[in-house]
Amino acid sequence: MRSGVMQVPQQQDADYLALAARHRPPTPVWQNAVRAFVVGGALCVVGQLVTDFFEAHGQTATRAASPTAVVMVGLGALLTGLGLYDRLVRSGGMGGALPISGFANAMVAPAMEHRREGLVLGVGAKLFTVAGPVLAYGLGSAFLVGVVRLLVGS
Amino acid sequence: MITGLLIAFAVGGVLCVLAQLVVDVGRITAAHVMVLFVVLGALTGGLGWYGPLVKWAGAGATVPLPGFGYTMVEGIDRATQTEGVLGLLTGGLTAAAGGIKAAVLFSLAAALVFNPRG
Repeated sequence: MRSGVMQVPQQQDADYLALAARHRPPTPVWQNAVRAFVVGGALCVVGQLVTDFFEAHGQTATRAASPTAVVMVGLGALLTGLGLYDRLVRSGGMGGALPISGFANAMVAPAMEHRREGLVLGVGAKLFTVAGPVLAYGLGSAFLVGVVRLLVGS
Repeated sequence: MITGLLIAFAVGGVLCVLAQLVVDVGRITAAHVMVLFVVLGALTGGLGWYGPLVKWAGAGATVPLPGFGYTMVEGIDRATQTEGVLGLLTGGLTAAAGGIKAAVLFSLAAALVFNPRG
């Protein structure tokens, strides 16, 4: 991610940053929080409906989580392709991004945007702009937790 | 069933609010917070805290990204019980396989089929 700070002479850095901070529009923290709650909550309700459907069709609660993730990811990819999911992220912020459908959005959006750079280094590589770090650090931390659990013997 | 939906809404909503607060107050990008929350899901899963939340809130806990980290930790736990140390390497991806494969497959298809707009 690029930082939004412009290049300025070294001795003016502090002055400039103070000036920039004064003129930066205040972040509507409460409004953002409410929007994240509504959008994120709504997406989880969709997920719960899907889970309930799978449970009603012979899956246990634990086993229903995986097909639910598949459906939510598919929904996120489809809505991103149609240009609808980005609107959800614009209004809901992390409410749109944190659910697993937002993970699919974070894969599809940069891949579409960079398609001109080719199928391999454009689409193929940019699919993992966000998914790559998420998988790397997710699998890494899960591995470490697994090692500790194995040593502790729980 | 209505109660289940309400709990999923509340818990999923609260997790998203926490993530939004980290973005707004901590001034870091959404991508950083997504990584952070997957790691937090793995850690709280390992501590035995996230499991009860999943049992109580269902999709409210499994659909947000911490659920992804939790799934990997649980998968490793199951795999090490049957396969021993090798399970550390197989368990995480095995448990998350459906979601990961679907994400790659559907995202690739969507990126190829649809044209960018907006």
